[in-house]
Amino acid sequence: MKHVITALVENQPGVLARIVGLISGRGFNIKSLNVAPTQDPSVSRLTMTVPGDDRVLEQVTKQLNKLVDVIKVADLTQRRCLGRELMLVEVACTADKRTEAIALADLFDARVVSVQSKSLTIQLADAEERLADFLEVVKPLGILDVSRSGVIAVARGAE
Amino acid sequence: MKTTARTGAECVVEGLKRAGVTTLFGLPGGAILDVFGRLYHSDMEFVLVRHEQGATHMADGYARATGKIGCCVVTSGPGATNAVTGLATANMDGVPMVCVTGQVPSPMIGNDAFQEADTIGITRAVTKHNYLVKNVDDLPRIMVEAFHVAATGKPGPVLIDVPKDIQKASTVVPFPETINMRGYRPTYEGHPKQIEKLAAAINRAKRPLLYVGGGAIAGDAATELTALAEKANIPVTTTLMGLGAFPETSPLALRMLGMHGSVAANMAVSHCDLLVSVGARFDDRVTGKISEFAPKAIKAHIDIDPSTISKSVEIDIPVVGHVKPVLKALLALVEKAARTEWLAEVAAWQATNPFRYDTQTNELLPQHVIEQVYEITKGDAIVTTDVGQHQMWAAHFYKYTRPRSFLSSGGLGTMGFGLPAAIGAQAGCRDRTVVCLSGDGSVQMNFQELVVAVEHDLPIKVFILNNTNLGMVRQWQEMFYKREYSASVLGQASRPRNERIPAGRDGYLPDFVKMAEAHGAVGLRVTEKAQLPGTIRKALETPRPVVVECRVRPEENVYPMVPPGASLTEMVHSMA
Repeated sequence: MKHVITALVENQPGVLARIVGLISGRGFNIKSLNVAPTQDPSVSRLTMTVPGDDRVLEQVTKQLNKLVDVIKVADLTQRRCLGRELMLVEVACTADKRTEAIALADLFDARVVSVQSKSLTIQLADAEERLADFLEVVKPLGILDVSRSGVIAVARGAE
Repeated sequence: MKTTARTGAECVVEGLKRAGVTTLFGLPGGAILDVFGRLYHSDMEFVLVRHEQGATHMADGYARATGKIGCCVVTSGPGATNAVTGLATANMDGVPMVCVTGQVPSPMIGNDAFQEADTIGITRAVTKHNYLVKNVDDLPRIMVEAFHVAATGKPGPVLIDVPKDIQKASTVVPFPETINMRGYRPTYEGHPKQIEKLAAAINRAKRPLLYVGGGAIAGDAATELTALAEKANIPVTTTLMGLGAFPETSPLALRMLGMHGSVAANMAVSHCDLLVSVGARFDDRVTGKISEFAPKAIKAHIDIDPSTISKSVEIDIPVVGHVKPVLKALLALVEKAARTEWLAEVAAWQATNPFRYDTQTNELLPQHVIEQVYEITKGDAIVTTDVGQHQMWAAHFYKYTRPRSFLSSGGLGTMGFGLPAAIGAQAGCRDRTVVCLSGDGSVQMNFQELVVAVEHDLPIKVFILNNTNLGMVRQWQEMFYKREYSASVLGQASRPRNERIPAGRDGYLPDFVKMAEAHGAVGLRVTEKAQLPGTIRKALETPRPVVVECRVRPEENVYPMVPPGASLTEMVHSMA
């Protein structure tokens, strides 16, 4: 099962290496990882998705909590939370297909951010599953390139 | 509050002084010379080692024996990498240590400069925490934090990597009076509800057992533990790391459990209805086959480190907190009980299956050497060990009655730990007898440090149980690897073909007596059983470091033994 773990960490050099080292040192694969400062510039929020069973992930969160630079850890998998991911897709698209591609983008509330002679670059920010759906839909056009940010997540409401 | 300007090097030395450090272990090099320049003017005793690994084990032995924080100072690159084994040893066993390393100047970091290593990267996984000092203004705070982190929670080693330019730079930032670390707040008091739940479980239990680890010693909880065991008549088994937390001379003491545990301890674990772990972490050498570990028991676990709870064995009653206050609270809630039946059952296991060896033979047996050292020191020595067969025999045939008297590398299993750890222990406890029980394999890994004991008048007694083999490796090969003694024979005779030792050689190297003498210590040798008591007495009476080589029977094995992966009830007692 995939777990979404978020942590508030000190915004300092080496902190990410510590976290990644701890997880990879136990043989887990980090599927996606995201880190950026919060409203407090001295604190960063980190979101990562890690596949693994509940017991294993409980151990991971406990170990993360032990790190001196980690302020707070939460496994959001079982909680009310919002997860979003940003994706940039370049699809093959000559002039005659543009209308079709733009219509597909509109259906997903995606935005065309760049137009080239033989391709379009589309930006989509949504839940992970919606991104997968969109990729499926534009596949027939020909996907030239994809860049995804990985999931960022927050718990909903007060804790 | 302004202070006068200090250099980074002065901050390091001032930080050590403020933390109450009186003894330091280490070895200088180019990137740490500014700090050494300040140490030259300091009142702290500096113990100059011969290899940085020695410095870390000395600091470790000092910390384990005294309960204070062990400190070492080494240089960048190879100085730091040599310290890694000692840091990992301390990290696994939860020993408080602060290690200051020099680093190449900040602008040169990452340039493959001379004696540069990514010390922070390399030591990240073997320290509790580490710091690379990037700004001299941070150094006063880092010095204070490092000692705080090392000593609190589950203790551990903290490394501070100080680039040379930072040592030279100056700061007016004062040392902070308070510590504010939002990511580091260990739980001290246990949750009252959980403690109540545990007390009720103890009061209900017919066959309770205390399973005690190094946390009880690190947490200074031996008194509370003994009071609890005696009040409620609960038998006690300890891990290797827990030896000394509970007096092994008590009838409630079942001695060590696990792979080389006593029959009584392993049977009690397998038959108890409540198992209370006190600062022990359910290590694989303790549990054997997890699914059959304490199968009939409700399992409770008191530990300051939440990550150890349910890590390998599922826990029914967790209590996260410092063992001392938790045991104190528990003591008030636990009722007196006789538990006559359970104690009788346990006593029968003890009586019929003590640790044993052939006491009738005229040959010199390693177990006998340890038992004699126990008797002649009246069980009052601080004992350090290396790793292997002698380490297990030191747990079997020496009885520990007080905390901080058995110092051994339990988690990492570091051969080469014993001799420098003994030096560190003696440096911290000048009035105690410090004995290092070692093997001929282990002792050679840090023998060079013996000169340090001689120089500093630290009269440690090193007993080398020379069985001319890497004994524990040999035992595993005998039991599980078809008696193919691959690279485990240290004598020159009967070495395997692939080692290409010319035929006809039958000696043993080195000559440990000459080695001792070459290092300025006294060297003695025992080859006959009859010589043993006299030689031990002579060693103990000699007010200098002494090395006693005991030529023991090579074929002895450590029993009982639970084969790896087997259940604790499947103890092997001989090769037959």
